[in-house]
Amino acid sequence: MTASPANPTKVRGETILSVDNLVKHFPITQGVLFQRQIGAVKAVDGVSFELRRGETLGVVGESGCGKSTLARLLMRLETPTSGRATLEGKDLFKASGAELRRLRRNMQMVMQDPYTSLNPRMTVGDIIGEPFEIHPDAAPKGSKAKRVQELLDLVGLNPEHINRYPHQFSGGQRQRIGIARALALKPEVIVCDEPVSALDVSIQAQVINLLKQLQGELGLSYIFIAHDLSVVRHIADRVAVMYLGRIVEIGTEDEIYERATHPYTQALLSAVPVPDPEARDQRNMIRLVGDVPSPADPPSGCHFRTRCWKAQDICAVEDPATVPRAADPHPSACHFAELRPTPA
Amino acid sequence: MTVNPTPASATPEGGHLLELRDLHVEFRTNEGVARVINGVSYHLDAGETLAVLGESGSGKSVTAQAIMGILDTPPAFVRSGQILYRGEDLLTRSEEQRRQVRGKEIAMIFQDALSALNPVFPVGWQIGETLRQRAGMSRADARRRAVELMDLVKIPGAAKRIGDYPHQFSGGMRQRVMIAMALALDPKVLIADEPTTALDVTVQAQIMDLLADLRRELNMAMILITHDLGVVAGVADRIAVMYAGRIVEHADVRSLYKAPAHPYTKGLLESIPRLDVRGQELSTIKGLPPNLMRIPSGCPFHPRCPYVQQVCVDEVPHDLVLGDGRTSACHFAQEVRDDSVAR
Repeated sequence: MTASPANPTKVRGETILSVDNLVKHFPITQGVLFQRQIGAVKAVDGVSFELRRGETLGVVGESGCGKSTLARLLMRLETPTSGRATLEGKDLFKASGAELRRLRRNMQMVMQDPYTSLNPRMTVGDIIGEPFEIHPDAAPKGSKAKRVQELLDLVGLNPEHINRYPHQFSGGQRQRIGIARALALKPEVIVCDEPVSALDVSIQAQVINLLKQLQGELGLSYIFIAHDLSVVRHIADRVAVMYLGRIVEIGTEDEIYERATHPYTQALLSAVPVPDPEARDQRNMIRLVGDVPSPADPPSGCHFRTRCWKAQDICAVEDPATVPRAADPHPSACHFAELRPTPA
Repeated sequence: MTVNPTPASATPEGGHLLELRDLHVEFRTNEGVARVINGVSYHLDAGETLAVLGESGSGKSVTAQAIMGILDTPPAFVRSGQILYRGEDLLTRSEEQRRQVRGKEIAMIFQDALSALNPVFPVGWQIGETLRQRAGMSRADARRRAVELMDLVKIPGAAKRIGDYPHQFSGGMRQRVMIAMALALDPKVLIADEPTTALDVTVQAQIMDLLADLRRELNMAMILITHDLGVVAGVADRIAVMYAGRIVEHADVRSLYKAPAHPYTKGLLESIPRLDVRGQELSTIKGLPPNLMRIPSGCPFHPRCPYVQQVCVDEVPHDLVLGDGRTSACHFAQEVRDDSVAR
């Protein structure tokens, strides 16, 4: 094991992944033979953040906000249009060949759908062991099966089930297999793209607890992408809220959930159903009208202004920067950032 | 069918608008028989909202399909039980008689509006189809009524959008189109099967508001099928919790959330991460839901239950009546509820 999380030289809390002004535009083309570009879907439109060692950064937002594209960019499954990202100081997008393989080893992904992200024709042993084929030095010859069984044990599955196929497992167990596969190469960063949203409530809690427990044991850093704000609050140390390809607000869990200053964050939080019938009439809900605009044609200025009740003329002209605001010193992309008055 | 369509005489002498009695449904497959519904009874009165809560495989949707008469047979077969609508058993009716009930008396909306709508016809045509076929309207009348219905479900610019196709609408708008279709024949009961599961939270809030408003305005009764305890808390009057094809707990919403009386409900409520409560470790329900071909003996929840005793393995618990119309199918319902209160 080269990069032991227990390695004393690795300082918890230092920046491990740094993303700077990341952009991904998917071209929209017209014509069959001679394709010309007539527009672009601005899936990720200038995203910057830092991930620190041992922390969980939650990324929340509604469908189409670019959170999954962000994950795919970080895994280099997509090539960015522009922008930079460094993992432990090394440029993620310039690396190639052996260097890229080394970088990839340090950053792994857990996918959303445990039904389609596992090859149905491979045994669990082959699925979890496949990373060792690509990185033979990660498991010395002959020790592969033993490593796979250790991993199964680590994620709470029976090591004897190494020769079973994915269909013999339930959804929650399959997600554990996906987590074991991500852990195989002992990465330091794991990108989790909606890891529990396909699971039932009673199973969801098991997987969240497992992720938290693994983080404690192995010192992992997570980027935890989800649309469920309650789940994110439970697991994240810091939270980034995305809307139409941009981070509109970012801060500690407390700053986002208790002291949000961006109207979109406030609306999003107030729309989450709370499992308490007593709160039914007391909740002070912000009702957003309309739908999220198309990322192919986002509104000028502030992307959120078309649904915002605070919108003024300046919002259509000037794009608000994601910077600390007077209302609360954490970055928020709103000209009129203010704390929500607490319901009396 | 001799159903009285006037809403004034809502239910015949003291009976319920809709009542399920000891319904059993099984799926006969090549691998064996899966007992999907094992004695479900519940009722619905005019103007109320009943939430049916359960995880995947609990039988909540199959129950609704049985009420609508849209089970896939085979593999699904209703083994026994009654589905009484205004006192008449729908299961003894002919297919043509059931067709008269479907849409006109009991209508349903589905989770995935994109696959529930036909992609090659404009939405106005699809809403109007029901009106032409079932209400005998002319094409022009059906079109006019379709615009009214789209207005009713608050689709902006309804008259302009009537010729648009499903793919031209956003997820939330598509769900509104489906609600408009369900309301076309002015049903008395609306079954909503996970109506907001595929939607984002801000849109979910819009659709749940719309359903609650429509239910009030049109004085419908609603069965809301969901897995989301948060959604239930927001709209439902009563709640029936399903597990392995049974109703394990049935109560009015407030008392159930305050003090669940079945270990499964208690476990569910404790295992959901809550936005308003920050916690460290989530409590979990151990194990997995049972395979419906091999449902555990006695209480189907016993292998996962923290209260398990020998009696749970040996005996199927009956519904224990706890007062206020609450029931819990647990041998230790009283203790569970007392523990929940003490919590």
